[in-house]
Amino acid sequence: MSATGNRPLVKVENLEKLFPVGRGIFKKANQFIHAVDGVSFEIAPGESLGLVGESGSGKTTTGRILARLDHNTAGSIHLQDGEEMLDVADIGKDGMKRFRRRVQMIFQDPYESMNPRRTIYDTIAEPLQVQGIGRLPEREQRVAELLEMVGLTPAENFLFRYPHELSGGQRQRVAIARALVIDPVFVVADEPTSMLDVSIRISIMDIMLKLGEEFGVSYLYITHDLAVARYMCDRIAVMYLGKIVEIAPTEELLSNPMHPYTRALLSAVPVPDPGHARPDVEIKGGISKAIDPKPLCRFLDRCPWATEQCRTSDHPRLVEMEPGHFVSCYVVEQSR
Amino acid sequence: MTFDQRAAIATPVLDVQHLTMHYTVKKGEVQAVDDVSFTLAQGEALGLVGESGCGKTSIAMTLIRLLADNAKIVDGKVILAGTDVARLTDEQMRKHRWSDISMVFQGAMNAWNPVYKVGDQIWEAMELHFPDMVETEGRERIAELFELVGLGPELIDRYPHEFSGGMRQRAIIAMALSCDPKIIIADEPTTALDVIVQDQILRELKHVQETLGMAIIYISHDVAVIAEVSDRIGVMYAGKLVELGATDEVFPHPKHPYTYLLLASTPSVKGPRRKLAPLEGEPPDLLKPPTGCRFHPRCPWATEICTSEEPPFNEISEGHSVACWHTEEVPELGRLEG
Repeated sequence: MSATGNRPLVKVENLEKLFPVGRGIFKKANQFIHAVDGVSFEIAPGESLGLVGESGSGKTTTGRILARLDHNTAGSIHLQDGEEMLDVADIGKDGMKRFRRRVQMIFQDPYESMNPRRTIYDTIAEPLQVQGIGRLPEREQRVAELLEMVGLTPAENFLFRYPHELSGGQRQRVAIARALVIDPVFVVADEPTSMLDVSIRISIMDIMLKLGEEFGVSYLYITHDLAVARYMCDRIAVMYLGKIVEIAPTEELLSNPMHPYTRALLSAVPVPDPGHARPDVEIKGGISKAIDPKPLCRFLDRCPWATEQCRTSDHPRLVEMEPGHFVSCYVVEQSR
Repeated sequence: MTFDQRAAIATPVLDVQHLTMHYTVKKGEVQAVDDVSFTLAQGEALGLVGESGCGKTSIAMTLIRLLADNAKIVDGKVILAGTDVARLTDEQMRKHRWSDISMVFQGAMNAWNPVYKVGDQIWEAMELHFPDMVETEGRERIAELFELVGLGPELIDRYPHEFSGGMRQRAIIAMALSCDPKIIIADEPTTALDVIVQDQILRELKHVQETLGMAIIYISHDVAVIAEVSDRIGVMYAGKLVELGATDEVFPHPKHPYTYLLLASTPSVKGPRRKLAPLEGEPPDLLKPPTGCRFHPRCPWATEICTSEEPPFNEISEGHSVACWHTEEVPELGRLEG
């Protein structure tokens, strides 16, 4: 982090994404799902930020927006570009190609994210071709190098095979190689191990950690699994119905969770140790949908602590309770 | 352990002996389940854990006798309430299914028929097994079951789309209980659910097990889930049961290399942040399983004998059995916390 000082690699401010619901051919949408609703965070160069939450919390949408696979309806994203912070919203077509060279994505389902008619070589070399990097022999060498790095050795055995000949774990290795082949600075990884078997998971996570360090990549690591986030991430942000409710360095968040939702989430995670007695989970029910939510705290209807203030005030802002540990909760704020 | 193991061995509700099951495919025979033996005591929770393709769901389908057309029971017995159900015809099996042994299928919560009320769908299943029961009586029973799994009785007359994922899964559990089975098989009962809902469902199942004194076989790829819900754990690899023992014995002291590596490669939110041990390689093709011990190609402790001779499934201490030639070399895992 020294060369670039304290400047973040990625700076997200008040990101918002509304999806219209109930729209027909002749009917204008009059309701919106607030999938991402005023999300702000920064990621430092080389840092790995975990985005954790239940399905429907908006974590995947946030990731897709950051990788420019979706467009935000409000807010801004800036990406460090040399001395400047580039506004990702107005990069235009040429800028987009440049952007893709710096930002890549790894998807959840390795069975769906690859063209079945392209060889592994074609799949991994595609970003190089699009970006016009190197000539054929150099590309071949680069692809072979990457295959070795992700543990598909010897590379010759894999170069000209097709995705269907590979197992899920091997495909995910190919996906990692494809994402890293053009030396990006930032990779959005959306549940890259959740479809893999336990025994395969660790090796994939280890490859991502090792290559992340070697290439100096920052990750936005999206997962529903706090134990996985703990293994992969320097910091964790917990999302609930489109809002970040708590963000802190990983071990701080796990040892000192403050938001009632984070506490519930953490106490609901099964622990692989029969001697461990988990505390009761304080909240009931499931996550609702954020269709035109009231301006109140998003967690209000499930919160075991809610006070009069919570019932009458806007969604609380993130307040720094400990160094680097931000929480969005009136009750926590009052306790200070 | 809350549960008396000696009594269990004396009166098992289920006794599986040397079960071997194959699938016939174009290329040959997939040896999906090979010589698996275990018992299940009344009121006991047994967890079967392993990766996809290890045979855990195949065992479940054999126990409840809902096998695919290309599946055949090659050898072994499945003694359920004194009868070897492995040998019954489909017609004879119908008597036992749902009333002696029932199952919560993987993904079943998405299998509700959307155009019928949830209560009516459960009643439909009950009608077959209780021909003398009148509908009002059946509805009363469904209401009781709903209450048992934490659903309001008024939900009987609702349609599946009015239920959340967790509620649908609760209703599935109520349905599995509707014919008063002695055993429930729960195949990945919480896999598609978020952790907070998962926690509620697991507590519900535990509550059912304790209230009704029912035996449950949990099937999961998630060792953390199995650690929490099971009295005993059976670890499967490539169609073989490789380790079986009391959960609080196997977790701190795994005696099979695969169990050790599976546990050592599971991240946790509790305890020290530790380096996890990856398990190299991929599970074998069961058309041609490896000779000797099926785990030997991936096993860091494998020697000559492992490649040629299959290790016997030996009881190494009371109630703890392992199939490994080098079981004394497997290190202690220890507790995550002091």
